[in-house]
Amino acid sequence: MTVSSAGAAPPTAEGNAAAALRLTFHQAHYDLLAFFRNRQSRFFTLALPVLFLVIFASVFGGSNHVAVPGGKIKTSVYYVPGIMALGIIAASFVNLVISVTVQRESGVLKRRRATPIAAGSVIAARVVTAIVTALLITGVLLTLGWLIYRAHVPGRTAPALVVTVMLGAAVFCCLGYALTSVIHNDEAAQPITQAVMLPLYFISGVFVPSSILPHWLVDVANIFPVKHLAAALLTAYNPFTRGAGFSGGDLLVLAAWGIGGLAVALRRFSWLPIRR
Amino acid sequence: METAQDGAVIEVSDLRMRYGPFEAVRGIDLLVHRGEVFAFLGPNGAGKTTTVEILEGYRRRSGGEVRVLGVDPARADASWRARIGVVLQESEPEHDLTVAECLRLYAGYYPAPRPVAETLELVGLADRADSTATRLSGGQRRRLDVALALVGDPELLFLDEPTTGFDPSARRASWDMISGLRSLGVTVFLTTHYMDEAEHLADRVAVLSEGRIVAEGTPANLAGREHAAAEIHFSLPSPVTEHDLPPEVQQAVVERFGAQLLLRAPVPLKVLGPLVHWAEERDLDLADLEVRRPSLEDVYLALTEEHHGAVS
Repeated sequence: MTVSSAGAAPPTAEGNAAAALRLTFHQAHYDLLAFFRNRQSRFFTLALPVLFLVIFASVFGGSNHVAVPGGKIKTSVYYVPGIMALGIIAASFVNLVISVTVQRESGVLKRRRATPIAAGSVIAARVVTAIVTALLITGVLLTLGWLIYRAHVPGRTAPALVVTVMLGAAVFCCLGYALTSVIHNDEAAQPITQAVMLPLYFISGVFVPSSILPHWLVDVANIFPVKHLAAALLTAYNPFTRGAGFSGGDLLVLAAWGIGGLAVALRRFSWLPIRR
Repeated sequence: METAQDGAVIEVSDLRMRYGPFEAVRGIDLLVHRGEVFAFLGPNGAGKTTTVEILEGYRRRSGGEVRVLGVDPARADASWRARIGVVLQESEPEHDLTVAECLRLYAGYYPAPRPVAETLELVGLADRADSTATRLSGGQRRRLDVALALVGDPELLFLDEPTTGFDPSARRASWDMISGLRSLGVTVFLTTHYMDEAEHLADRVAVLSEGRIVAEGTPANLAGREHAAAEIHFSLPSPVTEHDLPPEVQQAVVERFGAQLLLRAPVPLKVLGPLVHWAEERDLDLADLEVRRPSLEDVYLALTEEHHGAVS
């Protein structure tokens, strides 16, 4: 057995920023290790989106088509970017809210707070973990879509897709931190995330294509970030999209939600258990 | 780096903590020296955890001066946290990691960690290195807590109720481990409400009651314990009665329960000598004869009850 491979050097020997960055990746390494070892995390983040893709594509797929900007695509193919949004949110928001609430209430965060690791490194490590997991589930969904439904894999718009996935994961981490700060009970974390997200999945083009929803419902969905993540993913994935595939407007709204979430999280984040 | 005076690791003067109208800590002075095991005793709600959390840097105080390793914990930075180790009263291990992984994670936080294998040896968990941390028994989890606090090679270790809920053998094993820290030169600030624990481990103890320190000393001399009268118990064998006893013994009797007598003697030999001589002359067997000093627990209970009564 050896000392940690990623042990921090004395702060005098390197800049604080470099040390913080190194500790972020040190922490993220162990966050990822714990994530992949946890059956519940694996199920909700990896297995469930795959299951949803297969169910929705089978139920509504067949020979149906969905109108998208520039033309029509098979419904089964439409669900690839839609369920991608769900996967990204599961990898960032849902996973983060549950595990951070549990870590806070069980004293794990409190104990870490007594060590030299900077608060920012602990927080940023979760974002790194979410981005890695989100990219993984995106890859899995793209591969399955291609294998089962002959869905295409974007080439020209691949950079836009990757950026959208990463931004989406980061934004929903910020929102997750914000929500964590108002949940006082670790047992409530799981139901609350589902209660927040399930309705949004239905009205945001994730479970049901936006083109068949009533206008007023789309207007409601447009307020919330899930719709903009799904729309940005569809733009980056849609074979009819011209140009690089960046959906500027959607990404801006997403970023705004992320900044709002971060502001709430920074004001309210607690290292100590709230329930006593 | 700031250094404390006279090898003082913790210096506290007139520490106060208010929660709204309630003053949980009402002017505490403390001095803990380098290398000693200092036990902080007090009933639940006395202000122990509040005080410790101020010393650990978790809480901001309402008033008073605090220096831990020469630094104000309210303004402490990462380099200060690298010099302390904290074992919380209640904290679960990192979820879904093995014992060794938990330690490697924590070792990575520190500039000069103690090797993981050495730390596991130190707490007696070397054979559980690859076990999932959350599957350890209560006693083993507490050892892991201590290992996580020691892996940064701290100068000062905070131990908050390290053996609460333990069975006697697990408690004994933990005591041996904590005693072993002394040889590492680690200063230990221990909170407990077990008097036998303080007696076994501590060089010095302070008793907190209602937010004030009501006594401070070594476990042997706390609140004049070494000068307190000894208690002598025995039963009179029939047919002798109390009036048959030598006068020195009769004068010391303070309570009677049937044939059982309780005597109190500031100088126990002055009573025991005549008593033994008397019994031998008559060939009497005082089979249940017992002599005891007031235990640390007796002293503690007297102190905390007295002050509890005085305030409320």
